Amino acid sequence: MKPFDYQRIGAVEEIDADAGERSSFLAGGTNLVDLMKHEIETPERLLDISRLELAQIEDGDQGGLRVGTLVTNTGLASDARVRERWPLLSSALLAGATAQLRNRATTGGNLLQRTRCYYFYDTARPCNKREPGEGCGALAGHNRIHAILGASEQCIATHPSDMAVAMVALDARVRLRAADGSQRELPVEELHRLPGDHPERDTVLQPGELILGVDLPAPPPGRHIYRKVRDRSSYAFALVSVGAILHVADGKVGSVRIAFGGVAHKPWRARKAEQALQGQAATEENFLKAADVELADARGYGGNDFKIPLARRTLVAVLRDAARATEESTP
Amino acid sequence: MTNSASIGQPLDRVDGPLKVSGAATYAAEHQLDHAPLVGWIVEATIPTGRIKALDTSAAENSAGVVAVLTHRDSPAQTPFGEPDDEGRFTQSRAMLRDDRIRYHGFPVALVIADTLANARHAAGLVEVSYESEPAVTVAGEDADEKPDELDGGLDADVSRGDFERAYGDADVTLDVTYSTPNQAAAAMEPHATIAEYDGEELWVYTSVQLIGPAVQVLANTLNLDPDKIRVLSPYIGGGFGSKLGLHNEAVLACLGAMHLERPVKVVQHRRHVFHNAPHRGNSVQRIRLGASRDGKLQAIGHDSFMPRARDYAFAEPTGASARTTYRTDALLSRHRVKTVDISLIDSCRAPGHSIGSLAFESAIDEMAYRCGQDPVAFRLANMPDKDPSSGKPFSSHDLAECLREGAAKFGWDQRESAPRSHERGRQLVGYGVASTIRINILVKSTTRIRLSDDGSLIAWANMTDIGTGTYTILTQIAADILGLPAGQVQIELGDSAYPASCGSGGSFGAGSSGSALRDACMKLREKLVDIARKQESLKSADFDGARFERGKLVLGDKEVPLTELVRQSGHDYLEVEGKVEPGEEHEKYSQHSYGAQFAEVTVDRDTGEVRVQRMLGVFSAGRILNHKTARSQLLGGMVWGISYALLEELMLDERYGAFVNRDFAEYHLAVNRDIPEVEIHFREQPDSHSNPLGSKGIGELSISGAGAAVANAVYHATGVRVRNFPITLDKLLEHLP
Repeated sequence: MKPFDYQRIGAVEEIDADAGERSSFLAGGTNLVDLMKHEIETPERLLDISRLELAQIEDGDQGGLRVGTLVTNTGLASDARVRERWPLLSSALLAGATAQLRNRATTGGNLLQRTRCYYFYDTARPCNKREPGEGCGALAGHNRIHAILGASEQCIATHPSDMAVAMVALDARVRLRAADGSQRELPVEELHRLPGDHPERDTVLQPGELILGVDLPAPPPGRHIYRKVRDRSSYAFALVSVGAILHVADGKVGSVRIAFGGVAHKPWRARKAEQALQGQAATEENFLKAADVELADARGYGGNDFKIPLARRTLVAVLRDAARATEESTP
Repeated sequence: MTNSASIGQPLDRVDGPLKVSGAATYAAEHQLDHAPLVGWIVEATIPTGRIKALDTSAAENSAGVVAVLTHRDSPAQTPFGEPDDEGRFTQSRAMLRDDRIRYHGFPVALVIADTLANARHAAGLVEVSYESEPAVTVAGEDADEKPDELDGGLDADVSRGDFERAYGDADVTLDVTYSTPNQAAAAMEPHATIAEYDGEELWVYTSVQLIGPAVQVLANTLNLDPDKIRVLSPYIGGGFGSKLGLHNEAVLACLGAMHLERPVKVVQHRRHVFHNAPHRGNSVQRIRLGASRDGKLQAIGHDSFMPRARDYAFAEPTGASARTTYRTDALLSRHRVKTVDISLIDSCRAPGHSIGSLAFESAIDEMAYRCGQDPVAFRLANMPDKDPSSGKPFSSHDLAECLREGAAKFGWDQRESAPRSHERGRQLVGYGVASTIRINILVKSTTRIRLSDDGSLIAWANMTDIGTGTYTILTQIAADILGLPAGQVQIELGDSAYPASCGSGGSFGAGSSGSALRDACMKLREKLVDIARKQESLKSADFDGARFERGKLVLGDKEVPLTELVRQSGHDYLEVEGKVEPGEEHEKYSQHSYGAQFAEVTVDRDTGEVRVQRMLGVFSAGRILNHKTARSQLLGGMVWGISYALLEELMLDERYGAFVNRDFAEYHLAVNRDIPEVEIHFREQPDSHSNPLGSKGIGELSISGAGAAVANAVYHATGVRVRNFPITLDKLLEHLP
């Protein structure tokens, strides 16, 4: 670990306006501290925000929910309101990591996990994300866990969060505070970015910008399903995950939201599939068509070719289950 | 009267309270008078070549750094691999000796600092440039070197009868090629050592399965007198073969301690362990089977192709299962290796049988289907009446009964024979079986025991307990034979100052060290009876029916406390030595433990995810010394079998000769949620030829077959035979409806 300064923040106002590139915020530390030990992350200063008063879940406007950035994954997953009205989020959270990690990990920290790649974690190997311009070890190497959508020749890593996939499907928004104290809001969908020519940047956050919390709008009607496909039953990142909310009325798709995890550098909102399904008959054939529309541009890199059919099959399975469930619950 | 510490009783681990309270000192936890310095390994990042330039100045100037040890200033060492005529566990393991890189991860420097954090940070400041040489990193079917011998002294090739002819004449034939990947032992405790050197004596606190060879390898490597080396390893957090020989951090800690004459601790980071401790090499196994129309095996052929680490003589006997499990008219088993420039390849739990059974028991399953027979019935129809590879009689043979009993308990008759016959919603359900055998070995062992006049018994041996329960079963053996309560028996292990024992490995620990202890206890009994005979008051006692119970020698209606007998000897204590060594019983008989394992799996027809729903094993391993620790051993092997079938794979990046998934987030082992209900049954039948206790090896038994039972269940569920392990969902997906 590279030596660093440590500063405990008692209130957001204490954050220096010049808290910039060389500082990192420390909350649960479940990813950052690991990366610091490997000297993949080498902040000169750690701003410990873990004692800020940002650990509340409050009712928001128009049936929404305001989630403080320091709410733990366990706290959010077990909140009675979340379990009842946003079960997609609750089940996505519980599909992530382990109980020990979820007890420690925070909402803001979960969003800001670095992408996964074997070569990113191995400082002896080239990685454009770690050292821009160095090359990519995964492109011609082992890439079983890598991206099939939106990748670039610079980087094919995937975003690991389950929670973020649910949030993207739920149209959640992040509240941000810039180092100068100004605030802005963004859809979670726009928080993470595709690698393009700058794989070193996982998100659109500016230096020193802090996630204050996540706002969940009232949930859309329909059945919530989060399906995580992985090699083992627990403590494994998604090979592919699908978060979907489907409402079927009279055999037709009334509304639908779909997001994929494990397929891209960011949680992947499947807007093309949603569009293709809108108003259509909720049939297996249409589910397949929608999956094919969404995955038309998908490409594999050898080891992860299987993710394309896997994403298709998983999406169809999820929509099939959701359709059956909403039909059953709507007489 | 039943003694709760009698042999066989499920006595709780005697070291359990120490372990759960943190009081058991593992290698890195030994407290010295002064805190040791801490070393961090700097690994080579090329597979082979030489160090061109090495700049340690920034690291040396980094906070807290005491020394950066490299080949330029390291103490003198014997060249790697010498002397030629010794085994691999005692040959020199020199490192930091010259500029040569043996494999990716090979240590190029040891940064020694006051704290772990300072050493680790400074390690990143060491600058190394290399002159790479062409490296061989992959071995497959192109392996064509015939090893001198296989692990355990087995012949590389065995041929009985005319295989080609028998195979050519067979009504039904099968010719399939299976592969298994590189695998890691992944012991919970990483490899760790503290070394202390005062200019004359070297003390080494480490985590090693074989104490005697550890002393000798250090003597050979460091040119020291073995009498000046003390190796201590009282508690070990799992070894599974990766700690049989002494590993890299131990040599480095010793070099650091000798260089500085200060104690140095080196704990391998989990990422280090994958290259700085041995792993199991990948295998390609071509299996050819020939059978008569009615399902009698006539030809068994097994060709194994594996890598061998350069300058390191270990070749895994992957054909072990094929050689001895079933009867056959002709047998051909061959092993070929290819020298590679990757980190050391060595024993991993049940070398030979574990990955051999994965392939062979899958192929046997294929043959059963091809012959149109039930997989259990096919196996039962091919039980051998003598060892097919040697022609020797079996010391005992219980495989058929394990299969029959297991099938009945598992409900095998509920299974439809055709693949893809069972469904539960979107889940395809399958049932699989595999035979389990594992060779039984006896290794020369000695021990010394002392009965004091306060009634306490101490036994000493340089045996180790790698988490298997050795302390506990040795306690039981002594307590049972001498009629003492467990609390009065103290077992002292893991110290090179103690009598030479077998160490832990090859499932021989309990039987070998236990038999030596039994011998000592029986001799002590004779000694005590001799003392009693001299007593006037016992003149008329019934010495023929002498028993040892409740701390007393019982002679009919008379009894005398053992403490009394010790006192009468005129000494404070009585001390005797015991030993065991393999004799003609192991020459005359082919000896194995047996089992049959059954698995039920589900395969998600949408995603291909395989989940094991239940497993059941019936095992026959002679006399069971402790039903609780034995069950734990078998359970662990079954869990590992699930991992081998479905999860484990060290991914080798051929470009660098390096494994890319060097952590437990990406090197997948089964986790709790992957493990279903596991049922374990014993068929307890003491083997009169195995050893004086009648026990047989158990530690490596269940892993030899568990994975194949799961794989065969996957086939039964899906009708898809995946021949390259592990069976991950990507290999099934395209074949699913």
